[in-house]
Amino acid sequence: MSAHAITEPSSRQKWIAGILVIGYALITIMPMIWIVMTGFKSPADAISYPPKVVFEPTLEGYVNLFTTRTRQTDEFLAANPPETWYEEIVRQYDMVIAGPSRYGERFLNSVIIGFGSTFLSVFLGTLAAYAFSRFKVPLKDDLLFFILSTRMMPPIAVAIPIFLMFRTLGLSDTHLGMILLYTAVNISLAVWLLKGFIDEIPREYEEAALIDGYTRFQAFYKVVLPQAATGIASTAIFCLIFSWNEYAFAVLLTSGTAQTAPPFIPTIIGVGGQDWPAVAAGATLFLIPVVVFTVLLRKHLLRGITFGAVRK
Amino acid sequence: MPDTPLDRVAKATPQPIARRVRGLSDRAIAWIFVAPTIFLLLAVNIFPLIWTIRLSFTNFRANRNREVEWVGLRNYERILTDTDIWLTMQATAHFLFWTIFFQVLIGFTLAYLINKKFRGNGLWTTIIVLPMMLSPAVVGNFWTFLYQPQIGLFNYVVAFFTGVDPSSFEMIGSVRLAPWAIVIVDTWMWTPFVMLICLAGLRSIPDYIYEAAEIDRASKWRQFWTITVPMVLPFLMLAVLFRGIENFKMFDLVVQLTGGGPGSTTELTSINLKREAFEKWRTGYASAYAIILFVTVFGLASIYVKALNRVKER
Repeated sequence: MSAHAITEPSSRQKWIAGILVIGYALITIMPMIWIVMTGFKSPADAISYPPKVVFEPTLEGYVNLFTTRTRQTDEFLAANPPETWYEEIVRQYDMVIAGPSRYGERFLNSVIIGFGSTFLSVFLGTLAAYAFSRFKVPLKDDLLFFILSTRMMPPIAVAIPIFLMFRTLGLSDTHLGMILLYTAVNISLAVWLLKGFIDEIPREYEEAALIDGYTRFQAFYKVVLPQAATGIASTAIFCLIFSWNEYAFAVLLTSGTAQTAPPFIPTIIGVGGQDWPAVAAGATLFLIPVVVFTVLLRKHLLRGITFGAVRK
Repeated sequence: MPDTPLDRVAKATPQPIARRVRGLSDRAIAWIFVAPTIFLLLAVNIFPLIWTIRLSFTNFRANRNREVEWVGLRNYERILTDTDIWLTMQATAHFLFWTIFFQVLIGFTLAYLINKKFRGNGLWTTIIVLPMMLSPAVVGNFWTFLYQPQIGLFNYVVAFFTGVDPSSFEMIGSVRLAPWAIVIVDTWMWTPFVMLICLAGLRSIPDYIYEAAEIDRASKWRQFWTITVPMVLPFLMLAVLFRGIENFKMFDLVVQLTGGGPGSTTELTSINLKREAFEKWRTGYASAYAIILFVTVFGLASIYVKALNRVKER
């Protein structure tokens, strides 16, 4: 028997562990599967008792998500037969499509603000992280801790003066305001994560480049940046996910023009309460990008969620 | 490298001047690189913090245009003697304690099981991790649907396994159950976070320690308590620190789930603060409240980090 075999779990242990973990995983994804399923249910199926697992799928939720509808008189309905499949779905309820809903705009706002703030925080974060990693910056540890401590403030606590500040500067409910705000929140994560990634790149590469006649700046973008590409990409995804999911600032500081999807989705209402298939459809479309990113990120996940404190 | 006129000048000039022409000094680059970040944080974090401190000594109301008066420490005095705020603190403590308790318990168990390296553990780990990456507000809103007494999936599943009537209990409508409703959703969402950190801890333990223990004929039980637990402890404490800070700030998930109700049974500090600041518009009072919260988090976190470092050094 090799020494290694002592610590290797027996196959029975593996079986038991596997079954328990898979059991937990199946329970934990149930709510998510339910969201996706509800998006394809008719309103009647969505609120039936007992909850329906088998149902006839319909795109009603998605149609309701993207449109606003009005009730019309019988004569009007008879005079204007439905032309498209989505008109037809709406006609079941004697309604006609009046126009697009706000969901598209809100989703687009999430994209603009998410990508804008991610770009800015990764750009500034990379510069700062490089400086912290390679140079003697006075009060380095204090500055790094200061950057981290900005994360300890409850968002609502900072929101009061930011609300007043934005109001004075005319930044309330603007894309620029939200991008700057999310950049400030994300930058602490960006600096800490990227410093970890850059610390791992051997200094010798740059030193060789400097001897070859590169300036410090050239060494930075021709040698260090390509080496840090994976780190920069995963940091970017973390920043994007944060901005994408953020709710507290969005709900307090935006109301129309720059409102993102998280404060908007819960306000989707139908006749007599929330239109659950439409809410579920909106949630599904909104959550899919994050699921894709999580799968892409799996290797760096731990690092991202602990600010680089745990690196595996 | 192409020989530009600038380079030719640089080559012809003595060293110190050459450096200035060919590029900025390291020190200058360090400052240029760090400055924008520091500037942004000063503008969006520190300046507002100082402003909040200033406002906390006034009776300012953001929705009115009246004369602002200095009230000294009166806001602080009122908050610390307000019984409603103590109720809020109790709700927050209940939420903090139980979410951390369940997340540590389930998270560590899962990590321990995943570390048995059964086939396909990577795939299942990724699936388990998904909830914590989702938008808390969107997910919280959807959980109100799962918690519906008659039609909700949660009530149906509970009824299915326990035999009680699914419409006999209301998770978010009843004073007794609502504090647990938010604990359940937060645990569902954030257990994977604790699990991932514990897993990193378990994987950091070298095999030879167990092999040595095996040679010394230490029982599996003893190995678990004398090797596994102490070596994972610093990781676990880090996870608790992160969860503690995050849940002390908790807003989005709970505000969407219960809105602080019924009554004020799930009114966590952030929700209470939002009500004071943006519904009652008592800006000065809310600023003092925000400062108290910040000092509390900062103080507790600092003490905790000291304890964490002591455990790490051992």
